[in-house]
Amino acid sequence: MSAVPARDSAKPTLIVVPYRRISAAALITNVVLILIGGFFVLPMLWMVFASIDSNPDWAIKLPTLTFANFADVIGTAGALTAFRSSLILAGTTTVISTVLAVLAAYPLSRMHIPFKRSFMLAILFASGLPVSMLIVPVYQMYVYFGWLDSLYTTALFLAASSLPFAIWLMKNFIDAVPVELEQAAAIDGASTFRILRQLVLPLTLPGIAVTAIYTFINAWGAFVIPFVLNSNPDDQPGPIEIYNFMGSHGLFKFGDLAVFSLLFSLPVILLYLFMSRYFSGAFSFSGAVRG
Amino acid sequence: MSVTAGLGPRLDRERFEAGSLAMLTPALALLGLLFVFPVLYAGYLGFTNLALVGSRSRDYSFTGLDNVVRMLGDYVFIKSSWLTILFVVGSAIIGQSVLGMVLALLLRNAVVPVRLVVGSIVIIAWVLPEITVALVWYAFSQAGGTLSILLGHREANYLVLVPMFIVSLANLWRNVAFSMLVFSAGLRNLPTEVLEAAEVEGASTWRRYTQVVLPLLRPTILTNLLLVTILNLSEFTLIYAMTQGGPGIETMTLPLYVYQEAFVFHQLGYGTAISLVLVLIGAIFSLLFVRAARSQA
Repeated sequence: MSAVPARDSAKPTLIVVPYRRISAAALITNVVLILIGGFFVLPMLWMVFASIDSNPDWAIKLPTLTFANFADVIGTAGALTAFRSSLILAGTTTVISTVLAVLAAYPLSRMHIPFKRSFMLAILFASGLPVSMLIVPVYQMYVYFGWLDSLYTTALFLAASSLPFAIWLMKNFIDAVPVELEQAAAIDGASTFRILRQLVLPLTLPGIAVTAIYTFINAWGAFVIPFVLNSNPDDQPGPIEIYNFMGSHGLFKFGDLAVFSLLFSLPVILLYLFMSRYFSGAFSFSGAVRG
Repeated sequence: MSVTAGLGPRLDRERFEAGSLAMLTPALALLGLLFVFPVLYAGYLGFTNLALVGSRSRDYSFTGLDNVVRMLGDYVFIKSSWLTILFVVGSAIIGQSVLGMVLALLLRNAVVPVRLVVGSIVIIAWVLPEITVALVWYAFSQAGGTLSILLGHREANYLVLVPMFIVSLANLWRNVAFSMLVFSAGLRNLPTEVLEAAEVEGASTWRRYTQVVLPLLRPTILTNLLLVTILNLSEFTLIYAMTQGGPGIETMTLPLYVYQEAFVFHQLGYGTAISLVLVLIGAIFSLLFVRAARSQA
């Protein structure tokens, strides 16, 4: 289960090595890790260096320092519109998905519902279905409803596609809260909604934050759904703007592209750092689906 | 006369409460409209000749197994299926899982600064928006890019020379953190007693890992394999932004082929049929992993 804290006693398994003598194995371990780290950092470094270079190209090189690229990007209306569109798209998706997930996860965690186990399995299965399968029928439906080319209706489908995993995540968080408090409140005559609002919500706030941030990070980077459902050139979100830039092969300034991608990536990195201290437990999958 | 008469419903049995239905309804409505219905609709559209434009966009009809027959004779579809399997097996099942496990094991034994820095860099690569990963890897593999300089062939564009290898590598680079985190969590939860016993008995490091740690991690490994297979099967953005399936059709995996047939060639029906094959491949892989998990338990 996700919220069981990792046993600290399980961490150190190595023999204590006297401080100054570094064993060959330890040396190799650290050197190999540094090499792997190099493989991971190299592609990223290009973006950072090119963003402050006055004459960047595709290669990583020491920059001729300038902040003109930043001034360029921050000054253009297109970049601001892309941020605004991404914020609307990801924000709407997150609000819809998180609210519905919390509402649905509570009864799934606490109450007697027929076929609950099958339902949770169906939810888990649904979160694995490829968007490629849904995109054509949803496109047809959006044509029929007249919902194409709007950020809000696009967000509605993004919310639907992220909802199964959000429910599953949220149910695990509620499962981890001891049920005794709620039973006491129920005996004292509190209604279900009052228990939810005054007891469960405050106790699962970290879980709700993780679910919301996870949904937001995914929606912020979403590409194919807005790409197909929203072709309005006036409100394209960031990923599509970057893609259009890349498609114009060399007809753009490398520095501006690097700055825009860097600025666009920062919010999700910061959100992840904020969330990670709550999230570490979510990767133990043992006994993930319980009836 | 019954003793319980007049005492209301019995309280010793769990009952279905109306309140829980009210809380489930919004989620069920949204999932019904934009998930369950589209899935069923896809099951129908895959067997029609629906087109995006022209007369067949309105007057389409059920065409039975026509799309299946067309697929079997479609050279691009066959190649696309192989590329998809190559991508999932190479990049996800082997690459991501093996490197993820190596990282999880090494990071446990690394000195603190190395562990913090390398661990964070790997995780940042995973958190970056997919389009950013596509961009930095596009830059990395271009002629005159960092990779070509490192390998000493400045004019070589590796995204054209070995496109499938580069997109697989980029995908591995992006997703390794996921497997690393899953395996790290699995390693943390291993019983220390067993490991200590093996050590006291004088088992070599290699034997401790292959004969104690890996068998104990088997459920975690299978869960990881199942999840990375399903996630990578539907990978679209990274490959599409880097190559659009090209050069030629060298990186046209099934999700890209679905997009091309449906929205570039306007064959919505045929595109949907291909997406159903994608689901089928996912189901086959899942079944294999679930059976492997059962055979042990």
